[in-house]
Amino acid sequence: MKTIILRTASNYLLPILLLFSIFILLRGHYLPGGGFVGGLIASIAFVLHAFANGLKDTKKLLKFHPGFLMPVGLALAFLSGLLPVIGFDEAFMTGLWMHDPIPVIGSIGTALFFDIGVYIVVQGVTLTIIFTISESA
Amino acid sequence: MLIAILIGFVFALFLAFAGKYLKGKLSILISLIPLGLFVYFLQYIPSISEGKLLVENHQWIPSFGVNLNFRLDGLALLFSLMITGIGTLVFAYTSSYLKNHIYLDRFYAYLLVFMGAMLGLVLSDNLITLFVFWELTSISSFFLIGFNNTNPDSRRSAQTALAVTGIGGLLFLAGALILGNIAGTYQISEMIPLSEMIGQNAHYVLAVALIFGAAFTKSAQFPFHFWLPGAMKAPTPVSTYLHSATMVKAGIYLLFRLSPVLGGQAFWNTTLLIVGAVTMFYAAFHTLFRTDLKGVLAYSTIAALGILTFLIGLGTHEALLAAGVFILVHALYKATLFLMTGAIDLGTKTRDVTALSGLRKVMLPIAVAGILAAISNAGIPPSVGFLGKDLIYESTLHFDHSSAIFLTILAVATNVLIAYAGYVAGVKPFIGKLPTGMENVDFPPLLIWLPPVLLAVLGFVFGIFPGLIQESLIKPILTSVVQNASDVHLKLWHGFTPILGLSVLTISLGLLLYFLWKPTKSKEDFIERFERISPKSILENLAILFERGSDLWTRIFQNGYLRNYISVIIIFLVGLVSVTLLKNTTYNIDYSSFSRLTVYEVVTLVIMILSIGFAVFTKSRLAAVAATGVMGYSICLFFVFYSAPDLAMTQFTIDTLTVILFVLVLYKLPKYLKLSDYKTRVKDAVISTAFGGLITILALEVLAQPVNEEISNYYAENSYILAHGKNVVNVILVDFRGTDTMVEISVLTIAAIGVFGLLKLRLKSSERKQK
Repeated sequence: MKTIILRTASNYLLPILLLFSIFILLRGHYLPGGGFVGGLIASIAFVLHAFANGLKDTKKLLKFHPGFLMPVGLALAFLSGLLPVIGFDEAFMTGLWMHDPIPVIGSIGTALFFDIGVYIVVQGVTLTIIFTISESA
Repeated sequence: MLIAILIGFVFALFLAFAGKYLKGKLSILISLIPLGLFVYFLQYIPSISEGKLLVENHQWIPSFGVNLNFRLDGLALLFSLMITGIGTLVFAYTSSYLKNHIYLDRFYAYLLVFMGAMLGLVLSDNLITLFVFWELTSISSFFLIGFNNTNPDSRRSAQTALAVTGIGGLLFLAGALILGNIAGTYQISEMIPLSEMIGQNAHYVLAVALIFGAAFTKSAQFPFHFWLPGAMKAPTPVSTYLHSATMVKAGIYLLFRLSPVLGGQAFWNTTLLIVGAVTMFYAAFHTLFRTDLKGVLAYSTIAALGILTFLIGLGTHEALLAAGVFILVHALYKATLFLMTGAIDLGTKTRDVTALSGLRKVMLPIAVAGILAAISNAGIPPSVGFLGKDLIYESTLHFDHSSAIFLTILAVATNVLIAYAGYVAGVKPFIGKLPTGMENVDFPPLLIWLPPVLLAVLGFVFGIFPGLIQESLIKPILTSVVQNASDVHLKLWHGFTPILGLSVLTISLGLLLYFLWKPTKSKEDFIERFERISPKSILENLAILFERGSDLWTRIFQNGYLRNYISVIIIFLVGLVSVTLLKNTTYNIDYSSFSRLTVYEVVTLVIMILSIGFAVFTKSRLAAVAATGVMGYSICLFFVFYSAPDLAMTQFTIDTLTVILFVLVLYKLPKYLKLSDYKTRVKDAVISTAFGGLITILALEVLAQPVNEEISNYYAENSYILAHGKNVVNVILVDFRGTDTMVEISVLTIAAIGVFGLLKLRLKSSERKQK
């Protein structure tokens, strides 16, 4: 499916879709969206790129195996849950929040980092599965 | 205290990464960790002996009463000192014993994890926390026994040990939960005043039986003793540290610790007495037939553990005091004997007692250590072993029951056999003539001979000056498990008493036995014949049976055809649900709750039906997949119509990815070559119609049910107040039920690793075939 139109388009679509996925991730706390959907959208962006340019190019673009995203995301999610235990002597996964919201991003709390963790894990999982299957198919 | 416990884990993690670069160069420095901890615990001796306690609490899961409660009392202090003290010597010894071993760093990491877990175990005041550390000791022991992982024997022993102690761990968890439910707390110190109430509870026997299961498996009591001789496959420092001095005493520790809570009841005392007595005599008897040094020591360790169980079963102050002293005594001389065995093994490359003699000429300090340990083991004055054995006899003789004489005879018999084992292990290799071929055995390095000598000498220092340990170590043990402990007087000379007579009898009978009975290979073969009916074989046969059963089960149900799996799952579900539906449901469909059909919905519905038809009747795989994709999108539209944008978005992306996955897999396959035959299609149609019908009925029924809106209202109301979010769905995912999500993403990760492993591994093996 290496058509020139798709290939050209995908080069522009990839960053736009990734930005969109981050937008979806961040807006999740107030409006429909969130880490899970965001992660899926981001993986679709890469899958689209792989369809247009071939898997090799996408892997080159990524520079590392998407499988590494999984432990990173898991660790981030876990640490965001652990932070209240270590730093504030609260129960595991207690939500902590900064007082003032930050422009564009909104209010920042441990839940946001947890969601980012989910976002990364979902990407890692989806891409690992799709890349592995498409390599062996 | 938390730091003291965690330091082992932290350094183990550090070694796991940094070990590669250290290459065992700084291995001796690692012994500074247990040494530091030893000093740390030493400084508490004065305050503990004054009856003070050191308590430290950290919240963990307070809503379940599961917290990190640590408590340093006399019993915990004795164990902590043993763990860190013997630990220091073992760590130092290892750096020489496993010098230049490629996995030395890994070995230290395991040892450190073990040390941390063991410290946590003895310091925990909370049963659940104790359980966690308990399991960690089993796991680290597994890695240490199987350290020579290229040897199938040692892998097998490691598995046996893990299986036995692992089952024990599960029993412990069950017992702890029951006990916690009875008492309303998991904190052991809070349970002690409730002891009477617990004893009268209907579930008391069950809880105690489960705790017994845990303690007996861990401390190798009959009939679970067999894993311990197997565990001797581990490198000798491990046998010293885990399987004689510390870990196997965890079960004893647990019994000791819980005896003020659960003790005093007939069930507790009788069971412990019987199990302990059987174990001590059975194992001591077995030492007669062993020719491997480590085998002899393993069985005599089991016998010693049996004695401890037996003493806790007696339950009198005297017996508990005897047990406390004996724990220390045994750790001192048994660790020495093991370290000595390691030195002999290292020098002569054999552990066969029939082949060893006269080694004093080549390794004098080891000989001194071995003989001193054998003296302490036999209970000859002025060693500390004499004190220990005296107290044992005192507690059996003074036992207020008609069986006192019988128990005393049993104790004497066991001690005679243990003394014999000590002579065989600690004396025999060093006396007599040096066999030819061993003249050139190298003199052991400093770190090999110093630790056993230190321990052996300590056994004598404590024996000659019992005042050193009387007030500082021994009395606090007693105060930590009994109320108003009477004064403790340890001394070598009590005058001419029956106990002294028994001691003399033991020592002389032991010597007599040693001179009359020589261990030989044929005797070992003789006892091996009974192996068939031993608990070990029974367990192994059970394991084989289980394996065969699962094999059969797997072949029937996991036949590898995805379509069969799906059919089985759906048929089962339809059957089960329809039975309940038919039995006790009145069908009332609430038409009033239906909303009016709109044009969009009709159009989407038509598209859905068309795509279903297309998917069923098309002749192309890809087209069928695309059609199911259309169905998925249509469902998304319904989510949008009914204001569930979050669901719609997720479903939409998931559907896209599913279609992509299908396409990837199917793209390379040929077009339909053969349609399934008419019969199969009819069968599939029936199954799917039944399933669809069932779901429809369920959906209608659910609509008619009164809804409990309390939970959803709570989430809706508190989403912004508590979690600063306006999107309730997302707030539930990342905050209210964040732990669920945490587990879900872990499951996703596991699934991805599974896919990766399955496909990549298969690819590699096919590649290999091509080559």
